[in-house]
Amino acid sequence: MGKLEGKVAFITGAARGQGRSHAVRLAQEGVDVIAVDVCEQIATVPYPMATPEDLEETVRQVEALDRRIVASRADVRDAAALERAVADGVAQLGRLDIVLANAGIAPMGGEQNAAQEFADVVDVNLTGVWNTVRAATPVMIDQGDGGAIVITSSTAGLKGIGGDSPGGQGYTAAKHGVVGLMRTFANTLAQHRIRVNTVHPTGVNTPMVVNDFMQKWLEEDPTIAGAMSNLLPVEMLEAVDISNAIVWLVSDDARYVTGVTLPVDAGFTAK
Amino acid sequence: MAGRVAGKVAFITGAARGQGRSHALRLAEEGADVIAVDLCGPVPSIGMYPPATEEDLAETVRQVEALDRRIVATRADVRDRAALEAAVADGVAQLGRLDIVLANAGVFEIQPALDLTDDAWREMIDINLTGVWNTCRAALPHLLEQGGSIVLTSSTAGLKGTPNTIHYTAAKHGVVGIMRTLATEFAAQSIRVNSVHPTGVDTLMIQNPKTWGLFMPDDPNPTREGAEPVFRSTNALPVPWVEPRDISNAVLFLVSDEARYITGVTLPVDAGYTAK
Repeated sequence: MGKLEGKVAFITGAARGQGRSHAVRLAQEGVDVIAVDVCEQIATVPYPMATPEDLEETVRQVEALDRRIVASRADVRDAAALERAVADGVAQLGRLDIVLANAGIAPMGGEQNAAQEFADVVDVNLTGVWNTVRAATPVMIDQGDGGAIVITSSTAGLKGIGGDSPGGQGYTAAKHGVVGLMRTFANTLAQHRIRVNTVHPTGVNTPMVVNDFMQKWLEEDPTIAGAMSNLLPVEMLEAVDISNAIVWLVSDDARYVTGVTLPVDAGFTAK
Repeated sequence: MAGRVAGKVAFITGAARGQGRSHALRLAEEGADVIAVDLCGPVPSIGMYPPATEEDLAETVRQVEALDRRIVATRADVRDRAALEAAVADGVAQLGRLDIVLANAGVFEIQPALDLTDDAWREMIDINLTGVWNTCRAALPHLLEQGGSIVLTSSTAGLKGTPNTIHYTAAKHGVVGIMRTLATEFAAQSIRVNSVHPTGVDTLMIQNPKTWGLFMPDDPNPTREGAEPVFRSTNALPVPWVEPRDISNAVLFLVSDEARYITGVTLPVDAGYTAK
């Protein structure tokens, strides 16, 4: 019997990478999933984003674990679309206990349209998290059973490491900004026994990090590459390492953990 | 199903009762053997709750053995590094290895800063700060070859100041310095070091008239029931205090492979106390 048996999780950015890993890892622990992903390119993002086929693959992997999943294409910038996805998912799966605000983009390095690049990453990575939490919390409050929200920040939510481009500046600002959202929601939702925490991964082996564009960006600026090395002797984490931290945070093992910034970063921020 | 720390050996200080005993049992439930130490005796400047006894430590032994795990328990003072080194050496000789270190032993006392005696300051720093370093110092040589995981028990008082606890608060902040330094110095040997920061835990250390009185200063006869709503008001979540097992579950996560890349982290288990 899974340690999260019978619970339902709403996961954004679930088509691939960390989001898919969270969906699968939670499903292994008995969770049903409401999954969304934009599944299309944003013009200012220089690497290929997830596709509808990626989201179908997440559905396939969750269903292979005999769990239910309600997946739909939705953009975290579109609050109404998130509300529909939550309403539809809860109608089909019966409840909502866990929220993983995971969707994010990393448009480092470009500088064709500075204002748009900055605006897009802040819209997705900060406002998108706000939209996600706002879409989900009314259901959890009405249910009256408490709940757990985990927001995916970054080591760039604790340190100024996004580099010298509008996208990188926006990324770092947004990832710091979600810490403010987490702390505010942790206080305001505590009365409903809804816990809110952030995780702060170092580089993770996913298509957002492992792509030609990101590699070129890291190679071109040696100060960034140097700053990106971890303390523990590991170059890059696997998505499941972040999922394992999230499984613990949303479980009853962490029933009194809230308002916490949890680095899963091989010591990156402790350097 | 294999336990989450199956086949590992944990060195735990302050293991006679409270959080230390809870950690020993939780890790034993998940397959670890235990090297346990406790002072099992009084400290002159700590008067507001009774010290652990040899019977308490014997009870920890009984409960770990009831889980079919092995435990090597001895009386040792964390202020005495030679005694800790002997306890670790003896435990490793009997149990074969060392993987996990929980520097849990600590004391608590309440005193207005200007009333604190030099002796009381020194005893607190010796036990709650130097004792943590002694514990790490005794254990680290055994971890160097295969790596390992260390968890230091700090406190919300290791992240925030509160009145009337200057020696405790200074020591618990100092523990974070030990954690951060060791995390950087021994990362290359795959030794992870983290601290946990509990809010009030339902043990004798806070469940005593003097601590209740700190939370209800106008009442000449403070009680657990009377102090409860005031404790509750200090946390964000609607609970007055947490259980020892809540801290054990955090410690278990940190020392397990689920947290294989978590190091240098201050982890509050505090019902939102420090976020409030």
